[in-house]
Amino acid sequence: MTTAKLTTADYPLAERRPELVTSKRGKALDDITLDAVMADDISMDDVSITTHALHQQAEIAADAGRATLAQNFRRAAELVDVPQETIMQIYERLRPGRAQSKAELVQLADDIEQRYGAHVIAAFIREAAGVYDRRGLFSKRF
Amino acid sequence: MAMPPLDVARMLVDMNVPRQGLVRLARGMTPARLAEIVGHLSSLEIAFAYSKMRARRTPGNQAHVTNAKDDPLQMAADAATAVAFGFDEIETTMRVARNSWSNALACAVGAAVGRWGTLFQCSSEEAEELKIGMAGFTSYAETVSVYGTEKSFIDGDDTPWSKAFLAAAYASRGIKMRCTSGAGSELLMGYHEKKSLLYLEARCLCLQRAMGVQGTQNGGIDGAPVTCTVPGGMRELMAENLLAVWLDLECASGNDARPTESEIRVGAKILPYLIAGSDLICSGFGSILKYDNSFNASLLNGEELEDYLVLQRDFEADGGLTSRDENTLLDVRSRAIEAFSAVVEELDLAYPTAAMKQSVLTASGSDDTRSFTPRDATLISEAIEQRGITILSVIKALAARGFETEANNLVQLVRLRISGDYLQTSAVVREGRVLSAINDPNDYLGPGSGYRLSAERRGEIATIRDVLTRDQVLREEDIHKAPEAKRIRYRTVGPAAAGNVVQDIVIGISPAFGSTLFRTVAGHPLSDVVRNLISGIAEGGCHARIVRMQHTADTSFIGLSAALLAGSGIGIGIQAKGTAVIHQKDRMPHNNLELFSNSPITRLEHYRRMGANAAAYANGLLPEPIIVPTRGEALGSRYHARVSLIYAIETALTIEGGVPQEIEVTLLEGHQ
Repeated sequence: MTTAKLTTADYPLAERRPELVTSKRGKALDDITLDAVMADDISMDDVSITTHALHQQAEIAADAGRATLAQNFRRAAELVDVPQETIMQIYERLRPGRAQSKAELVQLADDIEQRYGAHVIAAFIREAAGVYDRRGLFSKRF
Repeated sequence: MAMPPLDVARMLVDMNVPRQGLVRLARGMTPARLAEIVGHLSSLEIAFAYSKMRARRTPGNQAHVTNAKDDPLQMAADAATAVAFGFDEIETTMRVARNSWSNALACAVGAAVGRWGTLFQCSSEEAEELKIGMAGFTSYAETVSVYGTEKSFIDGDDTPWSKAFLAAAYASRGIKMRCTSGAGSELLMGYHEKKSLLYLEARCLCLQRAMGVQGTQNGGIDGAPVTCTVPGGMRELMAENLLAVWLDLECASGNDARPTESEIRVGAKILPYLIAGSDLICSGFGSILKYDNSFNASLLNGEELEDYLVLQRDFEADGGLTSRDENTLLDVRSRAIEAFSAVVEELDLAYPTAAMKQSVLTASGSDDTRSFTPRDATLISEAIEQRGITILSVIKALAARGFETEANNLVQLVRLRISGDYLQTSAVVREGRVLSAINDPNDYLGPGSGYRLSAERRGEIATIRDVLTRDQVLREEDIHKAPEAKRIRYRTVGPAAAGNVVQDIVIGISPAFGSTLFRTVAGHPLSDVVRNLISGIAEGGCHARIVRMQHTADTSFIGLSAALLAGSGIGIGIQAKGTAVIHQKDRMPHNNLELFSNSPITRLEHYRRMGANAAAYANGLLPEPIIVPTRGEALGSRYHARVSLIYAIETALTIEGGVPQEIEVTLLEGHQ
């Protein structure tokens, strides 16, 4: 595997660099066929985005001059293996008035960072905690 | 380095300043400065700048596919129809929230008919929408709304951080996502802070870029109707779309919620986008009828679809759609109905009857169907969710029942997720390839650059339904040949001589009159026209002679030639299409006595009175000229295509120097 950063010249990956694209369970693009689906060789994991692919797309977005889009892909990469329920819980805690204090959100960030190694997401939640504190968004709404 | 706003405004409309440089400048500007700069542009300049600044070169379009009963059978058929018309994305939503899974299944299957690559969205509650996406049914989302004031944001029960988190969550599931914003939303939510609509939207767009979403839908979403009630509202909507693309966001450019009931304002609203192009011209063109649009009526709906296709043809502008003939649409609808039925039967979800299928096949909308009810849809929907049915189950069911093409189409679509290529800015799928701002960047630098219609695409856009051809005109005329032969006989006697009786009036007929063409444009059989002319002349105490002209097909010259042959000096000239003139010898060709130029509204009664007036002139009287009343109908637009073809048939039959021929006309027995 190459260590050089991907550029817009590598895009679309599925077309230009298919050898770099594999499913979560290691299947190559060419392995994802109707026959394989019929033979129960393909699971939903095989047709899902991967952490790896999101990092690759982040490199391409950065090369295209879209720094914030790249950063969103990096945040997303950290969420790939986070279960759906946890994602919805984090979302819920980030809504206004759900967390009652800055400390509560900081604690959430620490948990996510520890459990999933989600450093970028954790920093993002801490940033939110600071802003919510300044803007008074910890007040109860219902 | 400070740059005067007006200078930047001029750069936006300067074709020599590349898009990339302007995108770089926008990154250093505040929302207020962005709004100020586009405020310098006129509507025309905004449209031009939009065309130059939009991210992807190739324009596209998005459809709403919904119906008033949440009937999944109709939805599958309508999704296939929308795909056939060429929509890049289809979006559905429900009348009853619980029906989301049923909608999702129906649209996913329907959109797999005919070709693959149409991205699909099921607009529902955030958690539900993510789950449906994870089950593989949907491929994009655009429900993440942002607002331009803090209080609106909080009342929307979100913050920029909660929304940005959702954006990352969608990407982590391989789902393409754009935000929603647009003028008027803060106004409707009661917290506008007395700021301008455009400034508040500039804030929203800057936020979206900061959040790292690839795109936006703005410029005419829920706030469009209220925005269009204020002075310059439509200009503002265009300006906010321009801000979106200037900030390098994909833009699904509104033209969504119907902001007016005026057809003229609807047409005017869409035109700049049609000719400028847009990533998605409408962020919801109702491909179904208005009453079936569960998002509420769109600017354009099924009722306006044909007009839109004609507008594309008029302006040779790619609005993302292609006309389809009825048989093609019936084929895809039938295929979608059968494919969806196979899936729900195979998965033991429902058993559509033949009568249900038949009612959906030819239905214009849900008023015409006898199919699933909203409650049926709920049962299907809940079963899909509870049993954990995924797109893989659907693919298997399709293949098991012989719908391998559609099964394969869905495999191709879900395979796209693995690489995440369609998460990049302005991505759509065309002919099996992801096309985005990266590999199809807008490179407009003036004429000859940017998006141009290929010869093939121009041909597609030109091919609308019901195009009239010469062959078709002749075929239609041929139908009337035999019935006319039973009513009238024309016998050529020989070269016409000048008459010497003062009661002699000549009716000059055109070369194709009664020989190749048999009806006036108004639809009157020519035998009826001849009978009325003759009887009108007789009523006036004169006698009609019929002479066929060969040297000309022009009404004036036919009439004047007829007058010169008439003993009275009065002639009538008439073409097969019914255009007629009363003429008099010694007058200039185009200075006639009476002209009947509006043949589509000239009735048999007028032809009779035309004969009577000709007789009056022959008797030296001055009759009241006949006025064929018009109600201002655009007769040219209705008939000129046909008239051009008919007249070409007439002129092709003329003979240079041909001598007028005396015709013996016999009106046959049984003639009414």
